[in-house]
Amino acid sequence: MTDLWQGLVQAFWLVVTFDAELAEISLRSLRVTLTALVVASAIAMPLAAFLSVQRFRFRRHVVALLNALMGLPPVVVGLVVYLMLSRSGPFGVLGLLFTPTAMITAQVIIIVPLIASIAHQSLRDLWQEYHDLLISINVTRRQKIATLLWDARRALLTAGLAGFGRAIGEVGAIMIVGGNIDNATRVLTTAIALETGKGDFALALALGIVLVALAVAVNVAIHWLSRTEREGRW
Amino acid sequence: MIKTIAAGLMALILGTAVQADGVMRMAVTTSFHNSGLSDVLLPAIRDDLNLEVQLLVVGTGQALKLGRAGDVDAILVHSRSAEEAFVAEGFGTHRREIMYNDFVVIGPATDAAGVATADTASAALQSIAGAKMPFVSRGDDSGTHKKERSLWQDAGLQPDEFGPWYASVGAGMGAALNTASGMGAYVLSDRASWLNFGNKGDLAVLFSGDPVLFNQYAYLPVNPSRHDHVKTELAAQLETWLTSPRAQDLIDGYAIDGETLFVFNATGG
Repeated sequence: MTDLWQGLVQAFWLVVTFDAELAEISLRSLRVTLTALVVASAIAMPLAAFLSVQRFRFRRHVVALLNALMGLPPVVVGLVVYLMLSRSGPFGVLGLLFTPTAMITAQVIIIVPLIASIAHQSLRDLWQEYHDLLISINVTRRQKIATLLWDARRALLTAGLAGFGRAIGEVGAIMIVGGNIDNATRVLTTAIALETGKGDFALALALGIVLVALAVAVNVAIHWLSRTEREGRW
Repeated sequence: MIKTIAAGLMALILGTAVQADGVMRMAVTTSFHNSGLSDVLLPAIRDDLNLEVQLLVVGTGQALKLGRAGDVDAILVHSRSAEEAFVAEGFGTHRREIMYNDFVVIGPATDAAGVATADTASAALQSIAGAKMPFVSRGDDSGTHKKERSLWQDAGLQPDEFGPWYASVGAGMGAALNTASGMGAYVLSDRASWLNFGNKGDLAVLFSGDPVLFNQYAYLPVNPSRHDHVKTELAAQLETWLTSPRAQDLIDGYAIDGETLFVFNATGG
């Protein structure tokens, strides 16, 4: 119990005194995850729309595969990205291992299937509604995809937030590819793992509380900015 | 409103951090970092050399692997035979001894196995095995793990044949100490990590002082003829600094609760 209480107290002080190191680590967490989210959404959402409007031979298989990949273990993704980016790996010359870019790469791979699967669910339903109309006014495929993406933007927001949630709390992959280097690749989750290793449970818990608060704050902020969940509006 | 979000995101993403000129990567063992010594040395290195050393805190086995792959510029580890093999295979240019600390046998203060009365490290381990008391092993091929295995061997015992009382956790020093603290188990730790550990619980140092428990740290720059992108010059600068009187003062002067942790023993190059 004492650790729990101390953790709460310490978290409170870390936040109110605006600890410089905590701010830096939190900001890096946000930067890495939001970048990964933007990149992943740019890949996953058009892909989901394409899978909804286009009929081709292996479409069902691709959708099933995307669904299966939602459960991709982050630690395996981390290991594969590590081996790819290592100096002795195929992309070693880029020198990207142990940089934030490597962490973003791993997170993109982890959340693309998740965002694409969730987005595909709602886009497919919307496409059933829109199908006859869009076919009858004879629009191009690009226009179909754009229309679907725009009109399903609320559902896509949910998909994006699910991806954000998975990425911000992820530790297995970014620990491997980022290396948890102080002032360079240390983020909230890896810092928590480190402090737990040192037996400093109070500080670890304080960081955990900050992480949860951050995740909630981002969700609330995005909902507020996009005016969902308000009375009298869809 | 979507534009506002997008603009906010872009601002956050584009503001990537700027890095100092001299940046090198060094793989170090968990014990070096957990001891807190790195928090003393790194700022001094930054002040003196204007060099930012990025630490990758891993076990000795992984540190050597990082050096082999060329993912770091130098390594600072403690496992002599593995280090010598690393240099012999041409992955490191040479091996330079920097400092040492010692290993201690940690266990529950009640000491049911009677480790505290043992004369040698071998006898201490034999009494744990004889009593079949729970023992936590690092099991991660780190320097500490290698040391532990060699100590069992010296004691005439084979860890592979041990029963369920021998728990191989496959984790760093801190995690192994956490496990031992939770189980009330015996564990081999370096003194520095132990003193800096925050969750001691009922555990205490039961045995130390046998010369076989000394733990020599050595610095090995990665060979540029294997990996031409390695920052040899910075690695050489760091080596000069680590063997300088300035480093000696800091290393010998570093103490927790009045106990010195490391003894500087680098010889002039």
